[in-house]
Amino acid sequence: MSAESLILFFIVGAFLVGFALVFAHYVAPNSTNPQKAEAYECGIPTEGLTWLQFNVGYYLFAIVFLIFDVESVFIFPWAVVMKELGMIAFVEIVIFFFVLGLGLLYAWKKGALKWE
Amino acid sequence: MNFSIYDFTSFNQWIDQFLRSVMSPFWAIAVEMVIIGLAILLFYALVGLFLVYAERKVCAFMQNRVGPNRVGPYGFFQTIADFIKLMLKELITIKNADQLLFNLAPFIIIIASFMAIAAIPFAKGLHAIDFDIGILYVIAVSSLGVVGILLAGWSSNSKYSLIGAMRSGAQIISYELSVGLSLLTIIILAGTMQFSAIVEGQANGWFIFKGHIPAFIAFVVFLISSTAETNRGPFDLAEAESELTAGFHTEYSGIKFAFFFLAEYMNMFIVASIAATVFLGGWMAFHVSGWNGFNHIMDFIPPFVWYIGKTFFVIWIMMWFKWTFPRLRIDQLLTLEWKYLLPINLVNILIMAFVVLMGWHF
Repeated sequence: MSAESLILFFIVGAFLVGFALVFAHYVAPNSTNPQKAEAYECGIPTEGLTWLQFNVGYYLFAIVFLIFDVESVFIFPWAVVMKELGMIAFVEIVIFFFVLGLGLLYAWKKGALKWE
Repeated sequence: MNFSIYDFTSFNQWIDQFLRSVMSPFWAIAVEMVIIGLAILLFYALVGLFLVYAERKVCAFMQNRVGPNRVGPYGFFQTIADFIKLMLKELITIKNADQLLFNLAPFIIIIASFMAIAAIPFAKGLHAIDFDIGILYVIAVSSLGVVGILLAGWSSNSKYSLIGAMRSGAQIISYELSVGLSLLTIIILAGTMQFSAIVEGQANGWFIFKGHIPAFIAFVVFLISSTAETNRGPFDLAEAESELTAGFHTEYSGIKFAFFFLAEYMNMFIVASIAATVFLGGWMAFHVSGWNGFNHIMDFIPPFVWYIGKTFFVIWIMMWFKWTFPRLRIDQLLTLEWKYLLPINLVNILIMAFVVLMGWHF
């Protein structure tokens, strides 16, 4: 089968969830109660906003991840043709990893990888 | 026409020709799609049900208990009973939740795991789609699930959910790097990203043996990081029960909760089958060169059984992790990835490239 048939898997997945939700809608009991619709927090009413600003640590990791993720776009094609290209490819990837390693080292020394 | 459980290629061609001889090409393709869709759905449901049962049994034996043993022989139908119970539970609508995103999240998680299954080779000729870039595709699609987790946590409007989702996001994107890089080590050795070609390349020895020490290191790193990527084992901070109730799916009830649960087990199945395919030879039998009698007996076992056996072996190792290690703290988790696994991986790729270059691999 060709890659277009991926849409099939999309449809089957959506169908499974959609069908189960519709089925449960008819089968499951439904009794509304204002207490039930509250967000869970130890049983007492929730205090304050939930959607607020979040720890910056997560964003730092996301940015470092982005750098390495873009870099893997270059390594994947390299890995496939590595055998044919031979020594040239190896020397090039050593240089590439050296630069990359400097980047990781910089982030490390700057404390971007430290959790506070 | 000879059917064989050792090679499904002729079987597939036979179905294709039969359908094309009875109806027009368009309808033939449509019917094939329906057959494949139903088969995948059935397989998905069976694996999901079995894995939930297996997890409870394995957990029970590790804790010196019996586990589920009431419903059916050895409690085998316990999961089906649980599924029916979850189906009959009320779907609670949270008052201040973002309704659209709240309902969208289970769809995204389940669809991501379905699309990842599309590329996995189960036996010779028994795969839905054989991509040229199979490994890259599976990595890309399986990481779509994190979008569903973040949406679930964010839209529930509950603090536990939000903290769980944020942790899960940081964890999954971090460990995704290690998953990709450890698979890269094997791509260098195999020289291809196509799953069928990778399995064929292991006909005279699995890559974990052929690749010398770097391949073994890559396997261990892959096991650790894929356990983390599926939010399992010692890395289940996203749903740490003792501090976050249930993490990102705290507010989900009934069948919606069941889908998050199912997706976790299916993701575990997907990463285990990638580990089995890339490192342990997929559906290839275990051969020892020179032992012709032994190899002949091994060839007698059907490829599908080999595939399932290896996959469940990896799954069992992951369950073993979960029930023996204590949970990590978030700073330990991120330190493990960024200061240990990532540098090890980068050096490991260089060593593997050098080994391949010198022809030192077997």
